[in-house]
Amino acid sequence: MENKGLNKVGLIFEKINQKEVLTKAFNMSSNEIIQDILDSGLKGRGGAGFPTGLKWKYTAAEKEPEKYIVCNADEGEPGTFKDREILDKVAYKVYGGMAIAGKAVGAKNGIVYLRGEYRFLLPQLMKELESFHNIIEEIGFDFKIRYCLGSGAYICGEESALFESIQGDRGEPRNKPPYPTTSGVFGKPTSINNVETLVSTMMIILHGPGSYSQLGTKDSRGSKVFSVSGDTPTPGIFELELGMSVQEFVNEFGDGDTKAVQVGGASGFCVPRKKFQNTIIGFEGVPTGGSMKLFNSSRSMYNVLHNYLDFFAEESCGQCTPCRVGCQQLLKGVEKVKKGEVKSNYLNELVKLADTMKIASKCGLGQSVGNAFRTIVENFREEIIY
Amino acid sequence: MMINLNINDQKVSVPKGTTVLEAARKQNINIPTLCNHADLCVAGNCRVCVVEQKGARTLIAACAMPVSEGMDIHTNTLKVRNARKHIVELLLSEHRSDCTKCYKNQKCELQALANEFAFGDTLFLDLVEDHNYTIDRSSPSFIKDDSKCIRCQRCVRTCSELQYISAIAVSNKGLHQKISSFHNRPMSHVVCTNCGQCVNRCPTGALVEKTYIDQVWDAIYDPEKHVVVQTAPAVRVALGEDLGYDPGERVTGKMVTALRQLGFDSILDTDFTADLTIMEEGTELLTRLKKVLVDGNKDIAIPMFTSCSPGWIKFIEHKYPQYLHNLSTCKSPQQMFGALAKTYYAQKRRLDPSKIVSVSIMPCTAKKYEADRPEMRASGYKDIDFVLTTRELAVMVKQAGLDFRNLEPSHYDSVMGDSTGAGVIFGATGGVMEAALRTAYEIVTGREVPFKNLNITPARGMDGVKEATIKIEGCTDDWKFLEGVELKVAIAHGLTNANKIMKLVKAGKAPYHFVEIMACPGGCIGGGGQPIPTSMEIRKNRMKAIYSEDEHMVLRKSHENPDVIAVYKEFLGKPNSHLSHELLHTHYVARENY
Repeated sequence: MENKGLNKVGLIFEKINQKEVLTKAFNMSSNEIIQDILDSGLKGRGGAGFPTGLKWKYTAAEKEPEKYIVCNADEGEPGTFKDREILDKVAYKVYGGMAIAGKAVGAKNGIVYLRGEYRFLLPQLMKELESFHNIIEEIGFDFKIRYCLGSGAYICGEESALFESIQGDRGEPRNKPPYPTTSGVFGKPTSINNVETLVSTMMIILHGPGSYSQLGTKDSRGSKVFSVSGDTPTPGIFELELGMSVQEFVNEFGDGDTKAVQVGGASGFCVPRKKFQNTIIGFEGVPTGGSMKLFNSSRSMYNVLHNYLDFFAEESCGQCTPCRVGCQQLLKGVEKVKKGEVKSNYLNELVKLADTMKIASKCGLGQSVGNAFRTIVENFREEIIY
Repeated sequence: MMINLNINDQKVSVPKGTTVLEAARKQNINIPTLCNHADLCVAGNCRVCVVEQKGARTLIAACAMPVSEGMDIHTNTLKVRNARKHIVELLLSEHRSDCTKCYKNQKCELQALANEFAFGDTLFLDLVEDHNYTIDRSSPSFIKDDSKCIRCQRCVRTCSELQYISAIAVSNKGLHQKISSFHNRPMSHVVCTNCGQCVNRCPTGALVEKTYIDQVWDAIYDPEKHVVVQTAPAVRVALGEDLGYDPGERVTGKMVTALRQLGFDSILDTDFTADLTIMEEGTELLTRLKKVLVDGNKDIAIPMFTSCSPGWIKFIEHKYPQYLHNLSTCKSPQQMFGALAKTYYAQKRRLDPSKIVSVSIMPCTAKKYEADRPEMRASGYKDIDFVLTTRELAVMVKQAGLDFRNLEPSHYDSVMGDSTGAGVIFGATGGVMEAALRTAYEIVTGREVPFKNLNITPARGMDGVKEATIKIEGCTDDWKFLEGVELKVAIAHGLTNANKIMKLVKAGKAPYHFVEIMACPGGCIGGGGQPIPTSMEIRKNRMKAIYSEDEHMVLRKSHENPDVIAVYKEFLGKPNSHLSHELLHTHYVARENY
């Protein structure tokens, strides 16, 4: 297992000359840009980890003249707050990434879907957007970005639910296929990328794919912005090279009493102390959209699990059976086990249910509820029961 | 382009765009479904139809997954069976399973799935107790019981896709998600047309018609009461489906015998007032045309819309109230019948109208609402006391233990029991138009409509919007002003199609003189009170039966109906007479659009 250790990086927040990078990008062909992104090995930073270059390639291949670049800034995963920081500090690089994506796939329109709770960022973001539009015009590239605000539903971070929301419809995931690259927002080919992903693409164009892919491991290239929270003396935003073990992460951020790390938020995985050493943070181990929550021995993992399940039971869109009803069953189930109202081996039935949710739910939300459930129940069973 | 795939190791070749579900059905491989419905768009949300695709990370919903080259599908693996069992168990856990008491007992699709996948011990915890469910009984037409709702959203899709109303939609999310009306208002106080199409498609007992069976039994067994019953045209071609017949079997004669054996005092036919409607509405149309064409009266609203379908009436009242003047003032055949039952019929039979209970058997749930409208008391009493659906009649036949299949067919009673083929075809989309043209053309020209066997084929069929033009030639002296006029007509069924016409009207682009609109797909044969299930194929079979009923009638033109001739001679005078207006015509109410 490739282990790069813990290395702090300063790519995402690095100050750059926007106009220079954009000019460079616009002098490249669509294929050249896509090839650079493919070569960099960049995978989506929202959590799902789909190769960005492939997404752009598929969108570019569509014949439909009207295409969209959507920036997913609906940062809703519990414990994630890195996109807020990125937008706050380097929004111009997000816009730049969108324009580069536009050039790569042949789209003239960009939409930033901003989490409703981040509305307070909007005045500053609009100011920066204006200067971005001016620069783009000077360079002579036709690309316009507009904002669309969410209203607080977690599910609207799911790409197809996000499209529905932009269109003014109820935020519910769609059946796939068709995928967004074929039929995204307004039914048009769409490349939807996370805030951080877009910034990374700009940095790849600036520094070249070779230099970028020096960072990270074979399966997880580059660096990643982590939102560190929980029982840590140093909560905050940290950009780290991918490929460290959870142990190395805990050595840096733990309070000396860390018993578990929830990697990837409520929809992610719980890593217990005994697995710190052998678990790599990245797509080969535990993937994360950035949320890293540390728990020390004062925490009840029952409360942690209950909190997550409560969240999912509320935030499921409710359209598909496994997710809507499954979340309620898991929640009610662990409550009853805790109270001793059902036998403790009912947990085994619930684990099986979580497995069904993983394979039978319509979208990523329902499919990932089982991650936290299984890893917490398996590793902290006695805390759930007693 | 053909796509090749394997389903359960059988090779299948189907056109591109076919779903895995359709491909499997082609091979006679059954995949269970629940939220899927032939009339509606794909939802893919119940997940009952999940199957295994080799190489896929998750199971796939067969109803929503288009086939692709080389797909390897297995529909009955252990993984699939376990997931399906879980899914059905989950649905049961949020569904109030009072099955033995439920109106949909043994007709419930969830029950059927439970029987197959989830018998035995209950796997999961009861979630119904966690919700504070109330049952909405506010509509006179149907009951909405959220505790039985499994959120398949068939009703929601029906209301928006087929009916363009969206009186019900999904609200809230997660555990609070529900099918709701606007601001949770009672169904009686929203834009709902009571068409019952949602009831027809609800897989469980969450949406059912409001039944009046017990009240009707009470009336039948009340020695003081004289109970008359009328049966709508579309009932006779569908009732059989609930009694073991295939769709499209006509059971008219057996139905009449059954009603007699149930104890109704007089078995009469809505077809009679359908014919009467033609006389009234046809006269109204010709009068309007004269006022427009001869007198140049700009206040007369053209096109004139039919008014037989109470779902359509409520639709236009809510959505296009500015066009209420375009509606014919004629009551529907049901209500004309009701008004005459407690006046003309009472006189003829020397009955005290206060002792008459008037029951109608309708393919419709909106008729229950219509009967309750305050305008419908022209006789001095509630013109129609109780409306039963086709389904409810089938229940009564079963309750009475009748051996329906072996009943001897019989005829309707006299006085308001005679009908013509024109009255019968009211039950299908285009039927009112065809019946009207058969009579109006003959009144104006003295000749039969120029169509073979009187079959006005352009008015027939399942196209959503149909148009026809008939040139009027050789008018008699009274109708010379219509000479050479090209009468333009249109027909729409299903309110989404009605809305298409209304949009044209609103844009000033509707060139029509006369428009027939029925709220339900296929017309009354596809009504919200008809046997469940429904599909295009079933509706086509019922439609075929309606036209076959027409072909078998001796009289096929409304103005030849001897009971109609008699009622004018003995009672009403002539069409659109003063008394006609009092009893047979009505007015409409503008309503809110939400």
